Amino acid sequence: MRESTLWFWHLLAGAVILILLALHMTIMHLDDLMGLLGLSHGDPIDQKIVFARSQQVFFMITYILLLGAALYHGLYGLRTILFELTLSRTLERTVNIILTVSGLALFVYGAYAAAVIYLMKEVQP
Amino acid sequence: MEKNKQHLKNKLGLLGWLGGGRYGMERYAYALHRLTGLGLLTYFILHIFVTGTRIAGPQAWQQTMQSFSTPWFKFGEFLIFVCFAYHGLNGLRLGITELGLMLGKPARPIYPYRSSVLRQRPFFVVVMILVAAMIVIGGTDFYLLNR
Ligand code: HEM
Repeated sequence: MRESTLWFWHLLAGAVILILLALHMTIMHLDDLMGLLGLSHGDPIDQKIVFARSQQVFFMITYILLLGAALYHGLYGLRTILFELTLSRTLERTVNIILTVSGLALFVYGAYAAAVIYLMKEVQP
Repeated sequence: MEKNKQHLKNKLGLLGWLGGGRYGMERYAYALHRLTGLGLLTYFILHIFVTGTRIAGPQAWQQTMQSFSTPWFKFGEFLIFVCFAYHGLNGLRLGITELGLMLGKPARPIYPYRSSVLRQRPFFVVVMILVAAMIVIGGTDFYLLNR
């Protein structure tokens, strides 16, 4: 694929992350402030609340979307940094392969986890 | 291979990466963007595995979370929040300027020259103020409003 296309996806992924991660950070870390506004009830990492969230379609889908976007964005960023070290062609190819394979593996694992937890029976709210 | 041989070596080493030289504050913003990006990436990969422990059920999750409930981990999480505030907002600035926005109209270079860096500087300053505001908001929640 052309370099400019890969870079454009990196930028687009950044925009997706900005929205989803802002939501994630607000829910997980600005919970006390949200509580003052009446928008949060209880500790966001309490297991009941965590599982209730993970079993909503909205969170299952956005978690997987954020997982994919952040993996692509972060690993492409790492690739940029490594390529700036002026690697040989062989090393560039090796980096491409390693980053693609580990990115895909992490995506499959994370998406699998999100799906399994979404479907878990015994903790249905 | 041949092509790569023509590149210059980074003779300055670490300073070549982190130093601003004569480029001004945007050059430090770039170094910090890179540092926070790598910090977020490291955290994120660990985060995938930690949150993956939910597969083993609520008990396993509770245990994992307990082992992370120390002041140092809390401070680490706050640092991640700071990285997000900086990298996210500064990234928005980068995306906008890289697409050619906020740089003013192209014009003849008449002395005194105004480079694109100078044209986007007010935007840069506004973004940095927003970052500081977000860090204050986050810090308030992390350390002042503890339930
Ligand atoms: C919060 C939303 C985010 C936005 C808006 C954003 C935006 C950006 C932008 C615009 C760049 C530079 C691209 C360029 O110069 O063309 C970048 C680089 C990078 N980002 Fe992000 N990013 C975000 C989140 C993340 C996350 C969550 C990670 C980690 C998983 C990450 C890791 C990186 C890395 C490693 C780089 C490369 C740094 C470099 O080349 O110096 N970013 N980001």
